[in-house]
Amino acid sequence: MRLKLSNIVWRILAVSLILAIVLAVSILTGLFFGPTGSVKQTLATIFQKETLNSMHQTIIWQIRFPRVLLATLVGATLSLGGLVFQALLRNPLAEPYILGISGGSAIGAISGIMLGLSRFPGVSLTAFLGSLATLGLILIMTTGQSILKKESLLLSGVMVNAFCSAVILFLISLTHDSRLHNILFWLMGDLSTADMRQVAILAAMLFPCFVLIFWLSHSMNLLLMGKELAQTMGVNIKLVTLVLLVTASFMVSATVSYCGLLGFIGLVMPHLLRLLLGSDHRVLVPACIMGGGAFLAICDLLARTLPEQGEMPPGVITALIGAPLFIFLLKKSGR
Amino acid sequence: MNTAINIRQLSHSFGNRAVLRNLSFSVTEGDLFIIIGPNGSGKTTLMRAIAGILKPQRGEMEIFGRQLSNYKRKEFARSVAFVPQGLPIDFPFTVAELILMGRAPYHSAFGIEQKKDYEIAKQAMRFTEVEQLAARKLDQLSGGEQQRVFIARAICQESQILLLDEPTASLDLAHQVRIMDLMEKLKTEKGVTVVMVSHDINLAAMYSDQLLLLRDGKIVCMGLPNEILNFSTLEETYNCKLLVDNSPLGNLPRVTVVPYKFLK
Repeated sequence: MRLKLSNIVWRILAVSLILAIVLAVSILTGLFFGPTGSVKQTLATIFQKETLNSMHQTIIWQIRFPRVLLATLVGATLSLGGLVFQALLRNPLAEPYILGISGGSAIGAISGIMLGLSRFPGVSLTAFLGSLATLGLILIMTTGQSILKKESLLLSGVMVNAFCSAVILFLISLTHDSRLHNILFWLMGDLSTADMRQVAILAAMLFPCFVLIFWLSHSMNLLLMGKELAQTMGVNIKLVTLVLLVTASFMVSATVSYCGLLGFIGLVMPHLLRLLLGSDHRVLVPACIMGGGAFLAICDLLARTLPEQGEMPPGVITALIGAPLFIFLLKKSGR
Repeated sequence: MNTAINIRQLSHSFGNRAVLRNLSFSVTEGDLFIIIGPNGSGKTTLMRAIAGILKPQRGEMEIFGRQLSNYKRKEFARSVAFVPQGLPIDFPFTVAELILMGRAPYHSAFGIEQKKDYEIAKQAMRFTEVEQLAARKLDQLSGGEQQRVFIARAICQESQILLLDEPTASLDLAHQVRIMDLMEKLKTEKGVTVVMVSHDINLAAMYSDQLLLLRDGKIVCMGLPNEILNFSTLEETYNCKLLVDNSPLGNLPRVTVVPYKFLK
């Protein structure tokens, strides 16, 4: 008999282990490469406490290390956010950026900056409110049975996104002082402002969300088989949906308030991992956290090192890799 | 014989359109109970009410002598399993993954399957003859295979009542009989009470222990197939020309529709 019922615990552990190694390699690579200092110097800085070059040490630990960690956290959050929205809306094309939820939290964050609020908790809170508002708007527009229809959901997402962009540009055109540069750079996604305290605060906000989502990952499997069927299997649909929506919006807006808009990760990573690993969310949730983290760490490394001078926004790299990859996947899966 | 489902004065309306009007009936434990009726007669709504998906506005419903509202979510899922008219396959799970989902009402937190869950899933696959499909993706199956897999998922739920919404719709003859034989086997071997909605009167007549004929949300009649499937009732309910004679298989009614060109 050819029964392939591989044990789920082993699958979760194996996938997590492999991706943890990939993530560790990405973090180390991100740490080693940069405009200053050779790999050899970096190795020396990391493994020998007493090093002569204190400037290089500062670069590694004060600048590069928090930045790589921030990229990892943000990548993990955005791809997990994409996974959650795809499951909740039962639409493989859903993603915080495409749905306009990122745009909503951007409006919230910019308003916060313009009001002169501090980054945490002020701007994080306004970003969260912004994302909840757009989420509510999308849900109202696609309410009833039509939420199942891909076209109406994506169409309303496109509209919300366009509206958000207009509001953002409107707000920017009202601003003339030093805050303008702050806002502009942040719109293209910016990981360069990371420091260890920020990263720690962000991690403290995100980790409980990751655990909560993993806890609900089997319910997400059942939800994908339709709300009605999930209900007859004992899932508390309203509660699970609400918790997932709020948690995902909170995560996304927390990262948006820290490093601006970064698209495509939430779309590409869940798709790629689903193609490789299947549709079981108990595997996909940890895979998205680690795979998404590794992906953005690498993208950010490229953004830092590719230009001769300065750096480019990491959003450029995620879109440059993400968009063609997505088209390739779409074609391959024959949709 | 015990009563599996007892329904009293059930009514429901969508807006000002009454879909279920004061229905009262009961289903005996271990029966194959088939609900028939024309389109828009409220069959699916009734099924959704019994499955606990739709909360009817008025009336009472008891499953094994207990009010529906007295059941906890998972407890109810362990008593009643539902096979809807098709499942979304946008996210292609494998056959084995889908069937294992049937164990959800028995899981504790995190939804990790135990050894026993795998055993029950294997049994359900054997019962429905889908073992060889275990590793296939849902979107790679034919309609008949999909339906057997969906039923295997429900069997995996180990509920004493199985509800199915038109399980034979859009299947060819061989697959229709295969699904119905499977229901018969489920009833006789496992003692499961099977309640289904069907559009195929002849299939319903051959397999059902009890038939319920529904029209405009009201019960037209209920009973054994050869008691209630008579010419006058059917022609009035379905509002078309019919012939009812005896099936060559024995004492069973056979219904034939009469197309307009033969009416001369």
